[in-house]
Amino acid sequence: MNKSRLRSIYSIPYTAWILLFVLAPIALIVYYSFFDLAGNFTLANYRNFFTSVYLKLTISSFWYAFLITFFSLLIAYPTAYLLTKTKHKHLWLLLIIIPSWINLLLKTYAFIGLMGLYGPLNAFLEAVGIGKQQILFTDFSFVFVSVYIFIPFMILPIFNALDKLNPALIDASRDLGADSWTTFRRVIWPLTTNGVKSGIQVVFIPALSLFMITRLIAGNKIITLGTAIEQQFLVTQNWGMGSTIAVFLIVFMFIIMLVTKGKEKGASDNGKAR
Amino acid sequence: MERLGKLPKLYLTIVFIILYAPIFYLIFYSFNSGGGMSNFEEFTWEHYAAVFEDKRLIIIVLNTIIIALLSALLSTTIGVIGALAIYFMRNKKMRNAVLSLNNILMVSPDVIIGASFLILFTMIGVKLGFASVLISHIAFSIPIVVIMVLPKLSEMNTSLIDAALDLGASRKDVMTRVILPFIKPGIFAGFFLALTYSLDDFAVTFFVTGNGFSTLSVEIYSMARTGISLTINALSGLIFIVTVALVIGYYAINRKTKMPLAGVKK
Repeated sequence: MNKSRLRSIYSIPYTAWILLFVLAPIALIVYYSFFDLAGNFTLANYRNFFTSVYLKLTISSFWYAFLITFFSLLIAYPTAYLLTKTKHKHLWLLLIIIPSWINLLLKTYAFIGLMGLYGPLNAFLEAVGIGKQQILFTDFSFVFVSVYIFIPFMILPIFNALDKLNPALIDASRDLGADSWTTFRRVIWPLTTNGVKSGIQVVFIPALSLFMITRLIAGNKIITLGTAIEQQFLVTQNWGMGSTIAVFLIVFMFIIMLVTKGKEKGASDNGKAR
Repeated sequence: MERLGKLPKLYLTIVFIILYAPIFYLIFYSFNSGGGMSNFEEFTWEHYAAVFEDKRLIIIVLNTIIIALLSALLSTTIGVIGALAIYFMRNKKMRNAVLSLNNILMVSPDVIIGASFLILFTMIGVKLGFASVLISHIAFSIPIVVIMVLPKLSEMNTSLIDAALDLGASRKDVMTRVILPFIKPGIFAGFFLALTYSLDDFAVTFFVTGNGFSTLSVEIYSMARTGISLTINALSGLIFIVTVALVIGYYAINRKTKMPLAGVKK
């Protein structure tokens, strides 16, 4: 009796938040996607999306997101694994996390200097005899900086999964005659896939929608879905087309979430990182 | 615990160097009397002085802090209320549905949140500026507070509430003297993350901020687009110190409560 009274009083502001800031915005995006610049109802935005320009953009956006996720995983998994082996592992983990708390803009800005024509990276290249290279405004710089930004978010869930792994299982596997590689492939990896999946989820979705890094580091040469949305909303002021791209991004987001959804019983249970 | 070999140690060292190099690089050149981030000429504090002399910049910093504190405070309040509402829900299906709705804003890309809030504010006629930025920050911080508070609530033994009621406590007493004290660590963790979400946000603010109003992230973005300015470096030195202090603070709370160390938004 008491509980139900409490419930009805407490839910009001929270319910209002859900209606106004979760449901209404999605509905508005869908609604706006059916209007053109002049405010007429139309399906033209959707027709436009399936033209070669936007399809190419979507494919290249997925390709970059894939590259970013792949390299993040490639670097993050061994790092997380080795971290669980260190003595003060939670302290080391904290040290890995600290850079992710530094304002994203500042880190990106640092790379403008680091990768610039007179920056230390080019000085190094010159010293080894390769000579000055244009590093900024290339695919390489874009992927590198994005991987740099996302690595802590990939390490965190994998670390949590590895940390929960029962070491007796590894001992058992070794005792039963499996070598390190087999132990990793048959025991460690399968038991940590949920961590990997959450890692992929928190990297891939944001990687699809990056727009600040594309502007500052890739010099407008790379257009992701996020960049396209920003362009339509804030530069071209074509909210209809922007909303249409956003609708597709939301659809992709749900598909990725379904694919990377971990099974309940798995070893991973991470706080979500955005 | 086995000891790490040489190669693994080298690997970890390289990862750490790469993670920290850009940050220290920024701070190092903040003391450069030369103009750019390549030739270090002489040690100077002049860029730090420039930060404190720049009235516009100071106002932007203050705006950012005010927005962060207000939004963290309000989102924590609403988030705690939301967590309580979810906790008291009997219907399991309903509960799961609300939880999924709660998580939508946490997985949505910032661009989507920014764009949809922009439409929303224009439609209901909120003027773009301080109010719109504050409201959006409150809105996207609420779910993380709920996520931080809920586990604490489910940890709580329900007989505590029953006992309090049996002993004659009013509902208000139950709330203020049993439930809230018990979930306090979760509330703190939520407040903290809301604070960092707000301080760190760029994309959403970029969409909903009008012409006259700016936060630090947006300001750094527009400064960085025009090229290198060592004032930004000095600013990042200051921000680094504040961030480390915040992290240590969060870690202290975290150790006491054993909450999972959740990440920060990108």
